Amino acid sequence: MASDHSATAHSPTTHGHADAHAHHDAHGHDAHDVSKSVRKYMIIFGALLIGTIVTVLASYIDFGNASYNIAVALFIAIVKGSLVAGYFMHLIDERKLIYGVLGATVFFFAGLMYLTLWSMEPTSLIHIKH
Amino acid sequence: MDIPYTVRPRQDTGLYNAKVGIWLFLASEVMLFGALFSTYILLRVSAAPGTWPHGLLNVPLGTINTLVLIISSVTVVMAWASLKMNRFQNFLRFEALTVACALIFICIKSFEYRDKFTHYEVHLKNGEVIDGHLIERTPDHIKLHLSEAHRRSALAREAEKQAPAHGEAKPETHPAEADHAAAGEHHERTVPIADIAVRPSGRLWMENYGPWHNTYMAIYFTLTGLHALHVIGGALVIAFLWLPGRKMWKTDPERFTNRVEVSGLFWHFVDLVWIFLFPVLYLL
Repeated sequence: MASDHSATAHSPTTHGHADAHAHHDAHGHDAHDVSKSVRKYMIIFGALLIGTIVTVLASYIDFGNASYNIAVALFIAIVKGSLVAGYFMHLIDERKLIYGVLGATVFFFAGLMYLTLWSMEPTSLIHIKH
Repeated sequence: MDIPYTVRPRQDTGLYNAKVGIWLFLASEVMLFGALFSTYILLRVSAAPGTWPHGLLNVPLGTINTLVLIISSVTVVMAWASLKMNRFQNFLRFEALTVACALIFICIKSFEYRDKFTHYEVHLKNGEVIDGHLIERTPDHIKLHLSEAHRRSALAREAEKQAPAHGEAKPETHPAEADHAAAGEHHERTVPIADIAVRPSGRLWMENYGPWHNTYMAIYFTLTGLHALHVIGGALVIAFLWLPGRKMWKTDPERFTNRVEVSGLFWHFVDLVWIFLFPVLYLL
């Protein structure tokens, strides 16, 4: 495009950072790879639209038990969330440190949910026994 | 002194600092929303059977908002990809679309909130409970547009009352017309203030569906309100990068591209939270 900036955003010569190029290659973020990713983004977009429609339609179907309906809705939400996190947020190809941070988050989030469900058990220790 | 590692990755992490920063922030956000989700589970599972409200929210509007956020997630990632492909004008278009999507989302959400704040439950002195949207309030009376659920139950009660008369001579109107007329009559209702029950506090016993109405409305407003604040915050950052912040593209394009990536990561998180909020609050 004529009015686009002439400097290439990924070129190491623009800023003279010797290792910038290696960084971009390692992340697969150069212009060629990005244009390939665009097709991927469109496929994910289609999958998310279908997922939304399926979620709404599934909510009108009676699976026989309310907990089955909840399981179906949460399953679709987890699939959609994974697509967003994996491809739009590039988690499918990320550095170890980010995985480490998120591993700790998953651990504490799972712990929080486990404690929530455990606290509702009538036999759990937090209930005062008479 | 320059901020280190705004463009170049650190040797040990392989990441520029802002990316580590945003992921640490998003990790804390997961716990924030996680705490509220666990609150939702506790409230929902602990509710007495049959008391958890269903159908209070507008599913088509919620679905449209879900689609709007998904579209904005695509436009925000395309804005970043445009910079990577050195197409600055495309970047500007995608950022503008993202901000527009954020505005549409907030407009729809405001409309839904307004609907809840004008939706009233009114207790009468005779024990009857009326449910509908407040159209008019004067010192003498209130006028309500009755909710569909309320109209249906009122019609059912009336049909029950008339049931013993079925064997007798029927009116000559067509049954469908009669139903229609009954529905029309029950569409609106004017209630004299004198008929409304009074609480011990001296206030009239009428209450809108705000966060104070029940635990469902409380958790609905808390979760969606916090999420809407995130939408507004994210939209402000993206609008900044789209308008005044864009000049950095001329002086430091790589750093600018990283800024756009970080703002995009936050925006995707906002979309991700809504992907879970929508089925949990609107559909289940």
